[in-house]
Amino acid sequence: MRTKFNFRRFMAIMKKEFLQISVDKISLRMPVLMTIGMMLLFGYAVNTDLDNISTVVFDQSKTQESREFIDQFRSTGYFVFDYNVNSLDELNILIDEGKAKAGLIIPVDYAVMLKKNKSPQPQLVIDGTDPTVARTALNSGVIISNTYSINKRQKFMEIKGFSNMQSPGIDLNTRVRYNPNMSSNMFSIPGLVGLILQNITIMLTAFAMVREKERGTIEQLIVTPVKPNELILGKLIPYIALGYASFLLALALCRFWFKVEIQGNIYLLLGLGMMFVLCSLSIGMLISIFSKNQLQAMQFTIVIILPSVLLSGFMFPVEAMPNSIKFISMMLPLSYFLRIDRSIILKGVGIEYIWQDTIALVIFLMVIFTIAVKKFKKNLD
Amino acid sequence: MEYAIEVNNLSKKFGAFTAVNDISFNIEKGKIFGFLGPNGSGKSTTIRMLCGVISPTSGSAKVMGYDIVKDTELVRKNIGYMSQKFSLYEDLTVEQNLNFYSQIYSVPKEIAIERKKELITMANLEGKEKSYAGTLSGGWKQRLALGCALIHKPQLLILDEPTGGVDPVSRRTFWEIINSLSRQGITVLVTTHYMDEAESCDVIGMIFNGELMEFAPTNDIIAKYNANNLEDVFITIVENVTHKKVNSYKEMKFLE
Repeated sequence: MRTKFNFRRFMAIMKKEFLQISVDKISLRMPVLMTIGMMLLFGYAVNTDLDNISTVVFDQSKTQESREFIDQFRSTGYFVFDYNVNSLDELNILIDEGKAKAGLIIPVDYAVMLKKNKSPQPQLVIDGTDPTVARTALNSGVIISNTYSINKRQKFMEIKGFSNMQSPGIDLNTRVRYNPNMSSNMFSIPGLVGLILQNITIMLTAFAMVREKERGTIEQLIVTPVKPNELILGKLIPYIALGYASFLLALALCRFWFKVEIQGNIYLLLGLGMMFVLCSLSIGMLISIFSKNQLQAMQFTIVIILPSVLLSGFMFPVEAMPNSIKFISMMLPLSYFLRIDRSIILKGVGIEYIWQDTIALVIFLMVIFTIAVKKFKKNLD
Repeated sequence: MEYAIEVNNLSKKFGAFTAVNDISFNIEKGKIFGFLGPNGSGKSTTIRMLCGVISPTSGSAKVMGYDIVKDTELVRKNIGYMSQKFSLYEDLTVEQNLNFYSQIYSVPKEIAIERKKELITMANLEGKEKSYAGTLSGGWKQRLALGCALIHKPQLLILDEPTGGVDPVSRRTFWEIINSLSRQGITVLVTTHYMDEAESCDVIGMIFNGELMEFAPTNDIIAKYNANNLEDVFITIVENVTHKKVNSYKEMKFLE
């Protein structure tokens, strides 16, 4: 015999769940603390913007000219000359110790060569253990030196009387859109909003469902007239609320603390955010179905969270991944939501540019939710 | 005669394994029925079928006049169920637990308030209304669980090993409550490992390896086997089936 969805029973389950959350310090604090903690951690600690590379200088020339060359390096902000040494050994020791990440060696004949209109050969030694630092040091070192060298040649030609000569050359105009300062925060903070939403929702949902199983209260519930639909909805809605609250908190921190302006339509973002909460919730439910206790649920959660941090494009660009890894990335709903949320926040584009990702997310939601509800109902029987 | 429980040729198979094999019995209203058998004998499977949690492979049963397959919801509305785990929400208070189950069973608000008072008195829980269920000791928890199972005034109470892990004084208090419920006309189905408890039942059913070995009024059974108590009866039955010597009832849990 099938009867209608009973609203009072559904409300009873929901009320009970809210009561349990209200006395459970972890469920209450986790969304707030984890959101703030992760935002600050990623906002400040995980910063791939490199400047202030600690550099040692071994200036054997000690002339006006050599100091001018060093000043070129200093003025870009990439290099900080923390050390001045008087021997190659000292320079090597500082780099070995890791105190300096780069070393600039200026030969004795630097000024002399310039005066003779020849090219002196200073050297930039770079510690390559961290490729990100090394790449930045190398690129900026080469550019600084080239620019300085071109300027010097031009001046020399002017002196020699070639000032009116037009020499052919290419002047590339560059313009970086959306994130003109190329700050890594602009990239990682909006991504973090999606990651936090996902992690908190999955964790809370999985735990809530498993708890009922672990404590045996589900056994009592299945002999009452409660319908699976009433039970599932009543249990999930409080966690939709918590997951969404952490999404809003993360978004507020992104906008008001890290000053990342939301360029696009905020309502579109809020709407698609809700869809992603539902998607994560379904994943949480699936985890709870396969776990016997909270420890197992935790382990499953980590299995989901780890690849989604590494492979969703949150940290590393998906474009650079080999095809097999790209496939895993495509299986993570977070990958799609990250594109949606970065597109709306940074690029300010509308649904017409992100409809494919949106559809992917809808499909994920429908598939995972259907499996979760079906399996859950079956588990109850 | 109206029966609280009517079971006709009920069987349940899990794949090749037969958990319950063609059992039939009727329980009159207002009786206390002791359902006995070692672990894995088919007791819990039978109870789960009677609660409408799992459906039988063959056969049929009626609980309070409702078919367990067709009228699952009506069956569930008319039974109160309590398991050995006292499945309470430990992070809710005594009152919140009772409120929750009264809402789950759609008990009207005014009646629920009355009923809650009665049950708190019955369970000796006065003054503990605001205590968290998790802070109660075994006996209190057990009586609260019973209260939750009775909130909707069920006509049939199913107790699955209700006294496991409870001290003797609480056990006696609990049985006093059960007897008074029975006097009010509530039918009780109880499973237990304690044979002294079983002897205070009106009717006994003994199940072993999925077969209903005996079903009769308690005194008749003891008289039939010319035994001193139910434990001896059960041991005799099991020895006849397995052709193995059994020294005590407790040993049988390991006989599969």
